[in-house]
Amino acid sequence: MAKITKANSLGEWFDQRLNTTQFNKVMMTEYWIPKDINFLWAMGVLLATTFGILIISGIFLMMYYKPDINLAFDSVNYTIMQEVAFGWLFRHMHGVAASVIFLIIYIHMFTGIYYGSYKQGREMIWISGMLLFMTFSAAGFSGYMLPWGQMSYWAAMVITNLFGGVPVIGDALVVWIRGDFNVADATLTRFFMLHVFLLPITIMGLIGLHFYTLRIPHVNNQSSEEIDYDLEAQKYLSGNKKESKVIPFWPVFISKDLAVLGVFLIFYFYLVFFHYNFAMDPVNFDPADNMVTPAHIYPEWYFLWSYEVLRGFFFDIAGIKAFDIGLAAFGFANVAFLLLPFLDKDPEILPAHKRPMFFIWFWILMADLIVLTVYGKLPPTGANAWVGFYAALAFLIIFAVLPLVTKMDAKKRGK
Amino acid sequence: MSNDTNRRDFIGYSFAAVAAVGGGFALVGMKKAWDPLPSVLAGGFTTIDLSPMKPGKPETFSWRGKPIFVLKKSESMENSERDLIVGKDRFTVAIGLCTHLGCIPAWKKDTWKCACHGGSFNPSGKQTFGPPPRPLDLPPFSVEGNTIVLGNEGPEFKKIFAYLATQA
Repeated sequence: MAKITKANSLGEWFDQRLNTTQFNKVMMTEYWIPKDINFLWAMGVLLATTFGILIISGIFLMMYYKPDINLAFDSVNYTIMQEVAFGWLFRHMHGVAASVIFLIIYIHMFTGIYYGSYKQGREMIWISGMLLFMTFSAAGFSGYMLPWGQMSYWAAMVITNLFGGVPVIGDALVVWIRGDFNVADATLTRFFMLHVFLLPITIMGLIGLHFYTLRIPHVNNQSSEEIDYDLEAQKYLSGNKKESKVIPFWPVFISKDLAVLGVFLIFYFYLVFFHYNFAMDPVNFDPADNMVTPAHIYPEWYFLWSYEVLRGFFFDIAGIKAFDIGLAAFGFANVAFLLLPFLDKDPEILPAHKRPMFFIWFWILMADLIVLTVYGKLPPTGANAWVGFYAALAFLIIFAVLPLVTKMDAKKRGK
Repeated sequence: MSNDTNRRDFIGYSFAAVAAVGGGFALVGMKKAWDPLPSVLAGGFTTIDLSPMKPGKPETFSWRGKPIFVLKKSESMENSERDLIVGKDRFTVAIGLCTHLGCIPAWKKDTWKCACHGGSFNPSGKQTFGPPPRPLDLPPFSVEGNTIVLGNEGPEFKKIFAYLATQA
């Protein structure tokens, strides 16, 4: 054991035992971030903060929520909304944060795609991030079930039925997941467990992994320049801050992050206090009824694009059932982004505006996702069904042509 | 040296064996904890009286938490091998959940239309549009006079079920 001398301060006392000075350097004051970045690089801190808001508001909701089909609806809509002091606030904060966190996740994702921050050594950053997206999706879905309104019930019905598409064991798997022939009490209670324990703890683990994956390849920058971090850090530490291409995470980078966070929090609380309705579907204020499907059901806005890919294929093609095509396309849509580092065949990291073909590809992808999102909310009849079909088909083609598109860019540059 | 290594390997492998067996049992136990409870599996029987039904107007009943459609066919509706014939009347009996993803289709004039993904079914329960991969499912039932009992597998059920199996 190291020799311990009498400490002159509380800080020194901890330093002797936990090496806090060194830890602080590695994690904060000598964790180097490139200078050449913009506000889009602040999304990570925004996400961590929003997740914190979800945890805190969730803790308060959990103290009154009852995961039982006879009690759940009233525990939310009467007890929490009307009796608990500020219960309404915690519910609206939780619901709005769940919606807004997906907005920030999408911005974070598309920033990564635009600047090529998913490839050539940064694959694990991308993959751990996509795992976070999937776990957050599962958390969003399981949480949506808890108020036990009509949308809760029928979303649970549709999503659990998706597992019926698994070959051979499909039907048995659906019953197993639900713990009943129908979505029922057993289903609600187990999804409550997933939502308040297993998924949050998985998310926390993945966030740790996601942060760690940044350590070796470092954060990308606006011009995708490869930086010699040891050299630039040396410059910074020797006082040549102006010439150095890097800044320490704490206190320099974080100051800008916190400024962006301030703007974001004003926007977020504006939504919470004045515009929370967008996250509170009116249909979900009818108690769950297993004998009546609402006239028109749709998921929350952040799932609409993949929902539209699922239902876009509404007719059999070449003897394959529409159900199976839709399910396969939906499955592909959920892993397509995960495969991005391996579909991009361009050996260089460059921002999209320096990759002419990829630039066009990127904006077509954005346009298609918007079309899918808009039509995902409309009833799937007549012309809407066809727009949905072509947009879903386009989504598959967009990813299928990516290797070709990226190769063309590389060829043009003579690589 | 090699002696030590062998002993250590042996200890390692024996732990792996113990862990594999224990882990296997644990997984089976956890899987079973998520199975439907006995009280759910023993879910009851529902008796439906067919005599008050009006032709062309389907009614919905509840069985094991699922909606059951019973339609007494009108003259204009085409016959199907799926029809349950009781006396002179023809009935369609079906689980009222879209075979796509389980929403309840609503009766619109002369078809069941599903709001979720646009699927539709004709009065014989056959899918006519959209993503449903097969006709509406048949609940097990038996005929007793002018009533049917959901949950029992009677000969009429078996006959229609065998026909549907050829239609998949």
